[in-house]
Amino acid sequence: MASTQVNPTRMELTKQKKKLVTAVRGHKLLKDKRDELMRQFLDLVRENMELRQKVEAGIRSANTNFVIAKAGMSEETLNTALMAPKQEVYLETGKKNVMSVDIPVFEYKTRTPDANDIYSYGFAFTSSDLDGAVKSLEDILPDMLRLAEVEKACQLMASEIEKTRRRVNALEHVIIPEAQANIKYITMKLDENERSTQIRLMKVKDMMLEEAHHYKEREAERGA
Amino acid sequence: MYKIAVLGDYNSIYGFAALGLDTFPVEDPQEGREKLNRLAADEYAVIYITEQLAEQLSAEISRYSETLIPAIIQIPGISGNTGAGIENVKKSVETAVGSDILFSNE
Repeated sequence: MASTQVNPTRMELTKQKKKLVTAVRGHKLLKDKRDELMRQFLDLVRENMELRQKVEAGIRSANTNFVIAKAGMSEETLNTALMAPKQEVYLETGKKNVMSVDIPVFEYKTRTPDANDIYSYGFAFTSSDLDGAVKSLEDILPDMLRLAEVEKACQLMASEIEKTRRRVNALEHVIIPEAQANIKYITMKLDENERSTQIRLMKVKDMMLEEAHHYKEREAERGA
Repeated sequence: MYKIAVLGDYNSIYGFAALGLDTFPVEDPQEGREKLNRLAADEYAVIYITEQLAEQLSAEISRYSETLIPAIIQIPGISGNTGAGIENVKKSVETAVGSDILFSNE
C-alpha cells in the first residue's frame, strides 16, 4: 500500500502520526469550508440567474425601444443627441471576504445627482421615443451592476469550491490512508524487531548459562 | 475611482452612452481583443460585452475570470439573445457542484 518507502524507525513513526493528525484536522476544516461555500454559492447563483433573466429581458425591451426611436428620427440627429453624455457613472469598489474568497462589492455614484441628466440632448429635435428608450435602459442599470457583482462572485466562488473539493478529496483518499498505512507498517516492523531482539537475548542467555555451568556435560556424566 | 465600460458593436451599445457608461464600439474581434486588454489594464471595474463579441474572445475573457477586477459580464446585443450569458451561469454551477443541479430542467 505504502507507495513511498518509509524507514521503520520511532522518529519516522512520530512524524507520520503528527502528519496524520494534521491531515485529519485539515480535512475536517476544508470540508466545513467547502460545505459553507457551497451553501452561500447556491444562494448567490440563484440570485445570479434571476438577475440575469431580468437584465436580459430589460435590455431586450430597451433595444426594441431604441429601434423604434431610431425609426422616428434621422440617424444624424440620434448620433448627435447621444454624442456628449451629461451624466457619468463611477464605481466605488470594495471587497468582501466570504470563507477566504474575496468577492467584489460595487457601489456606483453618478457625477451629478440629477436623474434627468441621462437625457443629454435638447428635446427639440428628438422624438419622445428616445426619452423612453433611454429611461428604460436607465431603469435596469442598478440591476446590471448588481448582476456584475453577483456574477463575478459566483465565478470566483465556483473556482474556489472546485479547488477546495480537490483538496478534500486528496486528503481523504490519498494523504490520510497513506499515513495510516505507513503507521501500521512501522508499528508492525518495530514490534517484529522487538520480538526478534527478545528471542536473540533469550538465546544468548542460554548460551552464556551453558558456558558457565556446563549443563550439557553434567547431563552426559549423570547419564553415563 | 473605477469606471464602467461597454464593449460591442455600435448598434447594440450606443444607448449606454447616455447613462454615463463609457462605450467602445468595435468592428472586428481583433480590435475587440486589443480594446478588452486595454480596458482591463485601465481603471474599468466592470466591462459589459455583447454576447456576439464575447463568443469570439472567450480565451481573453477566461484570463480575467480568476481576478477580482475587472468583472466581464455578457449582455445580449441588438441582434438577439444567444443564451451565452445563461450558459455561463450554468457553467459556474457545474464547476462548483460537479453537475448542473439547479437549472438543468429549465
